[in-house]
Amino acid sequence: MSESISVTPERPPAAPREAARPPGRRRRTTYANVHRRREARTAYVFLAPWFVGLFLITVGPILASLYLSFTDYSLLEEAQWVGWDNYSKLFFEDTRFIQSLKVTTIYVVVSVPMQLAFALALALALDRGLRGLSFYRSIYYLPSLLGGSVAIAILWRKIFGTDGLVNAVLAIFDIEGPGWVSDPDTALGTLILLHVWTFGAPMVIFLAGLRQIPQSYYEAAAVDGATKLRQFRSITLPLLTPIIFFNLVLEVIKSFQSFTQSFIVSGGSGGPVDSTLFYTLYLYLKGFKSYEMGYAAAMAWVLLLLIAGLTGVNFLASKYWVFYGDTK
Amino acid sequence: MATRSNRVPFLFRPLPRGSRLLKHALLIGFGLIMLYPLLWMISSSLKPEDLIFREPGLWPSAVTLDNYSDGWTALKHSFGYYLWNSAVITGLSVAANLVACSLAAYAFARLNFPLKKVWFAIMLGSIMLPYHVTVVPQYIVFANMDWINTIWPLVVPKFLATDAFFIFLMVQFIRTLPRELDEAAAIDGAGYWRIFLQVILPLCMPALATTGIFTFIWTWNDFFSQNLYLTNSDNLTVAVALRQFLDSSGESSWGPMFAMSIVSLGPIFGFFLAGQKYLIRGMATTGLK
Repeated sequence: MSESISVTPERPPAAPREAARPPGRRRRTTYANVHRRREARTAYVFLAPWFVGLFLITVGPILASLYLSFTDYSLLEEAQWVGWDNYSKLFFEDTRFIQSLKVTTIYVVVSVPMQLAFALALALALDRGLRGLSFYRSIYYLPSLLGGSVAIAILWRKIFGTDGLVNAVLAIFDIEGPGWVSDPDTALGTLILLHVWTFGAPMVIFLAGLRQIPQSYYEAAAVDGATKLRQFRSITLPLLTPIIFFNLVLEVIKSFQSFTQSFIVSGGSGGPVDSTLFYTLYLYLKGFKSYEMGYAAAMAWVLLLLIAGLTGVNFLASKYWVFYGDTK
Repeated sequence: MATRSNRVPFLFRPLPRGSRLLKHALLIGFGLIMLYPLLWMISSSLKPEDLIFREPGLWPSAVTLDNYSDGWTALKHSFGYYLWNSAVITGLSVAANLVACSLAAYAFARLNFPLKKVWFAIMLGSIMLPYHVTVVPQYIVFANMDWINTIWPLVVPKFLATDAFFIFLMVQFIRTLPRELDEAAAIDGAGYWRIFLQVILPLCMPALATTGIFTFIWTWNDFFSQNLYLTNSDNLTVAVALRQFLDSSGESSWGPMFAMSIVSLGPIFGFFLAGQKYLIRGMATTGLK
């Protein structure tokens, strides 16, 4: 703001016209005020699409789904107000909902730390001056881009099928593997593996974070006789905690909403025996297969609160382990 | 990165020795394991059907293109039809995100307006918002507008800058541009629109490229909303068509399915090769600040 004000007197033709305007309420029509108002007006024009989207596509639907969550609605009939029924049904009667919560929680709790551990380990291995770094980075990053696609989910289903690639490899060693995706004990494991396979995206973020750590810290530590392990523990890890935190928050939110993989691998059912019934898959089945839209809206709100709660816990816990030093 | 400056041709560089050689061997080995499923899918798509599961190796003992020609025509329309549908939706989404998000980003990065901090915080919060929270009412509205089985539910929200992640990415980028450029243009008599179009946008090319490529890949891969809104067999996209493939052919014709899976991944791979610099830089900047 202040810069632009200092610039404007350089424009002589504009000034007299603005000054000649009739004074507004309480003589507020100073030059700076006019300028500020015009800037704000321009800003709103620039933001117009976003404002429309925010209210029509985001805020409106959030409120609408809060209302729907207290009703019975099937798209064909009028919505019937049912109070807290949907919510009490979710938590006290619907065992499939509890199952979907359980499946999703296991998926998030197991796959996210494993994925981040791989990402960090590879980022450390690739750091600084390694020959062919960009080549390796591309190879490891590629699965992240493809991992969410239907094609890869199809591939996964086949690799871990009864006569799939994994069992073909095991057969070489005379081991008869189970039908990984059709066995309720292992089906979720294959999806966890698929998520870990996409560690490339957080790895790229880790790599960028590692590059921010000044090389001189390591040199100073080496002069003081610190071993590589000690340098990692006392320099790399603490300075990287903000990035670890960022990746953790992002991946928890993202993996809580996984849909495509379980949908394709289980053939749209969440099977076998609901062992891959992800939260969003169950929401989809309720809302768009059996058209219990009020119920699905209640699930959506529970999801929102869960994710908000998890993120909140993450932020609170971060006080104890994330290090925001005076590195700037 | 250090190797960038001394451009010794690859084959003339001294071979790494000792522990470094071991490290490279490990990294390459691990990369191979990572990519093995993909390579195996490519190789399987070239094998005759009965060989696919008898050979876990990569090198096909017999090569055929039958899977590609069979897969291309296996569904109601030729696969090119679905590719075109995906391309239309993806192309419009990219254009929409570029326009709508850069407009909003300029306002957030450069202009002052009342409650700016509040709006900015709301924008950041909306990045974290799960799509599933809004999808039920959105579906009801779109159904009432008779928009099911059209591309509008997939494209119109993008014209309204609902992918706030890209607004954030561009705000971060614009903030790194020196304000003196805006001021110099203002002294020369440029208004906000001219500054935006002729100063900021041209300098934003890297951020625009990142936005474009990510939008392309995410839209192309998107299954949830395309599966939801496109149900008529005449307007399926690649993602939904592949799923139909799986349903209709069951566990039998894996060769054609693999072949079409490869075809569907082709554009993503192409964009990845062409724009990986922007992808990686984009990830790094939004991740760090």
